[in-house]
Amino acid sequence: MAYSEKLLDHFKNPRNVGTMDKSQKNVGTGLVGAPECGDVMRLQIEVDEETGKIKDAKFKTFGCGSAIASSSLATEWLKGISVDDALAIDNMKIVEELALPPVKIHCSVLAEDAIKSAIADYQQKNGIEVKETEKSGH
Amino acid sequence: MNNTRQIYLDNNATTPCDPRVVDEMIPYFYEKHGNAASRNHPFGWIAEEAVDYAREQIANLINVDSKEIIFTSGATEADNLALKGVFEMYQRKGNHIITLKTEHKAVLDACKKIEKMGGEVTYLDVDSEGLIDLKALEAAITDKTILVSVMWANNETGVIQPMKKIGEICEKHGVLFMSDATQVVGKIPVDPKATGVHLMAFTGHKMYGPKGVGALYVCRKNPRVKVTAQMDGGGHERGMRSGTLNVPGIVGFGKAAEIASKEMHQDAERLSKLRDKLENALIAAMEEVYINGSKEHRMPHVSNLSFKHVEGEGLMMTFNQNIALSSGSACTSASLEPSYVLVALGLGDDLAHSSLRFSLGRFTTEEDIDYTIKAITQGVNHMRDLSPIWEMYKEGVDIDSIEWSEH
Ligand SMILES: Cc1ncc(COP(=O)(O)O)c(C=O)c1O
Ligand code: FES
Repeated sequence: MAYSEKLLDHFKNPRNVGTMDKSQKNVGTGLVGAPECGDVMRLQIEVDEETGKIKDAKFKTFGCGSAIASSSLATEWLKGISVDDALAIDNMKIVEELALPPVKIHCSVLAEDAIKSAIADYQQKNGIEVKETEKSGH
Repeated sequence: MNNTRQIYLDNNATTPCDPRVVDEMIPYFYEKHGNAASRNHPFGWIAEEAVDYAREQIANLINVDSKEIIFTSGATEADNLALKGVFEMYQRKGNHIITLKTEHKAVLDACKKIEKMGGEVTYLDVDSEGLIDLKALEAAITDKTILVSVMWANNETGVIQPMKKIGEICEKHGVLFMSDATQVVGKIPVDPKATGVHLMAFTGHKMYGPKGVGALYVCRKNPRVKVTAQMDGGGHERGMRSGTLNVPGIVGFGKAAEIASKEMHQDAERLSKLRDKLENALIAAMEEVYINGSKEHRMPHVSNLSFKHVEGEGLMMTFNQNIALSSGSACTSASLEPSYVLVALGLGDDLAHSSLRFSLGRFTTEEDIDYTIKAITQGVNHMRDLSPIWEMYKEGVDIDSIEWSEH
């Protein structure tokens, strides 16, 4: 299976790897997947409380190359956009951008889930009503 | 693909052909292109002679009579012929077969088919080293048992079963003993007669011969074993396997067997040193590296390691431009299941997902191993820097206590 240049670049030079202090009120943490399934993704966002925009995003992922590239790409997209725009990120956009093969679509689903879960955590902490989003099971 | 040198450490999946093997085969594509079953012209005679010679070379390697070698298209076909062929032939005696959970799919799926045909199959567990429990084997034998099928060495872990002891148990109970010896023939000495093995499957492309040719050894004396043909046609191979013989393939297989008889001891000695060097260096360089399967009863050229908190497929992507090897099993890495062989050893799914199989071969060099040690260490460190569960582990978080979201 040949991977796209973009995917390989995100895999070899992942952007925004790291850990934020999850006890901070303006940090939202999403932890999805399970070690038994071969994939665990942790994605964190830091929200600027004045503008409501995402100031920074960080991730760490245990998983295949596609999962790592998907989460790396997701953190790039998240920086500087509003929480609502972040909620609208669709896994198929990741699939397109990285040219993921069909067997790797679930890795992008995981990234979408991680974004949604990080936002939900942020909203819960700040007493914002969590929007119902359709759960993309996989 | 990069222009850098490619290192091949996936010899359990398939070996390259030895150039001496290819040289031997070439005339049988051109001037010696006859059909070994053509009885009335020299083309046929030459082909038949070549096949007979190869049969001798192969029989010599495993110390059997050349009449006991049935050529097939490979080990998969030989496994199927042995299992289904014995089941059909001995159905009146009984319908029960005993095998292991860690067998190759060629054996397991043939057994599933036999169950559909009215057979009963017991799939024995292995212990944490990958070894059979001899007491459990003996306890599983009933008066309906016709066959015990145990692979000589496992393709994923290289673990070698106590074949002679299994042979004794089969002998004691009057049960046939068959073995998938694909991973051992041509690598270490294999003597089915001295081991009590009555049927044995193996293949050319795991011993520096060509793909698409294999053999089933079927014992002809004490006891005289018969199998029902699974392929109907011209009655080749004593009626046990019809189909025009793959003459160039068989010639190459024979040459590979001859080379192995002479060189396998030195190959094994050299490769076990390189394997140990690789294993020891990786274990010394990093924490939480585990050897999967028995260290003591293991093929000299195989190492199956788990790198905790790193996912194997992702890890492979760090070096697969330069080093070819397998994560889990080559046959199943298209699906996302962890290796069933490692799970049968009692590894958690997470450790099974973290495994790599290194299988060295005749053409592996010390430089290959030195490069691999560096590349794997870098790759594991890269992946661990990225791994949230490695971070949790380092912080002392009990990973099992976390409620993971199922999916
Ligand atoms: C243990 C074992 N049995 C059977 C096979 C299948 O052999 P072949 O490719 O010759 O059908 C393999 C190789 O994949 C193997 O490792
Ligand atoms: S995370 Fe499971 S295959 Fe990509």
